[in-house]
Amino acid sequence: MGQMQNRSKNRAVRHRLTTRLWHWLNALCLLVLIMSGLTIFNAHPRLYWGEYGANDDYAWAAVGSSQTIGYVRVGETKIDTTGFIGNWQDSEGKVQTWAFPGWATIPSYYSLAEGRRWHFFFAWIFSVGLAFFMIRSLFNRHVQKDLHITRTEWRPSHIWRDVKNHARLRFHDDGAVSVYNILQKLSYIGVIFVLLPLMIFSGLAMSPAMDANWPLLTDVFGGRQSARSIHFIGMFLLVLFFIVHMMALVLAGPLKQTWAMITGGKREGGSNA
Amino acid sequence: MRKLLTRRSLITGAALGAGGLLSGCDALSRSPAFQNILGSAEDANFLVQRALGDRMELASEYTIADLSPKFRANGTRDPGTPDYTASAAQGFADWQLRLTGLFAKPQIFSLAALQSMPQRTQITRHDCVEGWSAIGQWTGVPLKLLLDLAQLQDKAKFLVFHCADRLGGRPYYESIDLLDAFHPQTIMAHRLNGEAVPVENGAPLRLRVERQLGYKHAKYVTGIEAVATLDNIGSGKGGYWEDVANYEWYAGI
Ligand code: HEM
Repeated sequence: MGQMQNRSKNRAVRHRLTTRLWHWLNALCLLVLIMSGLTIFNAHPRLYWGEYGANDDYAWAAVGSSQTIGYVRVGETKIDTTGFIGNWQDSEGKVQTWAFPGWATIPSYYSLAEGRRWHFFFAWIFSVGLAFFMIRSLFNRHVQKDLHITRTEWRPSHIWRDVKNHARLRFHDDGAVSVYNILQKLSYIGVIFVLLPLMIFSGLAMSPAMDANWPLLTDVFGGRQSARSIHFIGMFLLVLFFIVHMMALVLAGPLKQTWAMITGGKREGGSNA
Repeated sequence: MRKLLTRRSLITGAALGAGGLLSGCDALSRSPAFQNILGSAEDANFLVQRALGDRMELASEYTIADLSPKFRANGTRDPGTPDYTASAAQGFADWQLRLTGLFAKPQIFSLAALQSMPQRTQITRHDCVEGWSAIGQWTGVPLKLLLDLAQLQDKAKFLVFHCADRLGGRPYYESIDLLDAFHPQTIMAHRLNGEAVPVENGAPLRLRVERQLGYKHAKYVTGIEAVATLDNIGSGKGGYWEDVANYEWYAGI
């Protein structure tokens, strides 16, 4: 494939230092942002569309809680989540009726103020880190070399072959682990350049001060409560990405892959693909 | 077999790690020093959000068609003190708003006096720190007009709003800086959706400070005190929720 010949001259490592540093910093940030975000969600576990939305308005998704049951309602569909969401036992065996359980939130007890402090502190680190990584990846040509999707790759037949390979749990042609395949590229591009920035913008769109500064920001999301819903859906997609990411990791050899992301690893499977 | 072991140890490791992480987070969360580090994000939010606008940028305003069918109330629903109940019984005819502290000409306004001054009506979105929002139409006196009459002294840096309600035995109060105090949308509101503000929403007088979250919008306001520092008010953090639960003083996000 053409793309391989013009790969960086003799990069010895699979993952550049910036990629590795960002990867782990970002992993920490996302973990804290998701868990502290769930604390914030627990303060009002209802999601709306539009500008406004409070208890008397229709929520398209909500968590229901009582001392006996917990459920998640999406539209008109109710799913019983007793023991998990909306009704669960804390480490002392006491029934709690906050939406998300203590093991999924930071802090593990309910404190909106503390959850918000964690969230905004790590939101800053996450946002600055993401901006830095994006700019750096364009300049060190990580994007162009490793993530750029070539014409051949865009061909449906190529994509289909890659889908079939994934279904057979064969992730890399000819053992060329160092080269990202099309599905991998698509998901990385989607997450880094679409989903993660979307989290920042939908987060900012919920701020009343930012709404005064940049009214357009809230408008493009269709209102503050829509931005909140989109923020939540984005969090959900990130969790899905994480699960798939972990499955791929386990199947591809967790220790070796993780070690490579820590030390940089060796490039292999060279230019023959 | 080797693989299985690694996978298992990986999962156990992850579970242990997660448990450790969680209790670690709780310990950190409870430590005042770490709270201060996390709280530094508040300063950054404050500086950046203030720097991004021309500082007097207006919050979005809406139309009658956008109003929430029901404007949700939160916090105190009824102060319930004998004084308040007696005043409510006579339509708050004896309600007074006192401007005290670092003013050249301290003032006392009756509700009627406030209502006879120039008014501003705005339809704005109220965003609660909990996550919900409600759109309502507010009418009231721009705070700037009251400050012009009372004339702030140079030393004054903040306005403290004293309220008639108590939560958990402590009086509710809030504070804002002078930038928000002179903002055109900052009003002492006495009407909600064309009617006298209901008791649950802060009758007869509540602050609207539209670029911040709901807990800053003090209800049942009886006094405005101009101060140089917030240190000597309440526990010194600038507001009821700031004092009792570590909410941020700047509630722009
Ligand atoms: C990718 C990382 C992030 C994740 C996974 C995340 C997740 C969450 C979750 C689950 C909530 C609970 C409420 C909701 O779902 O809307 C939340 C709330 C919030 N997040 Fe994030 N967040 C992230 C990044 C950010 C960033 C970068 C900002 C700021 C620019 C931000 C600002 C906010 C705000 C203001 C709220 C409060 C909304 C409310 O009042 O309910 N978030 N976040």
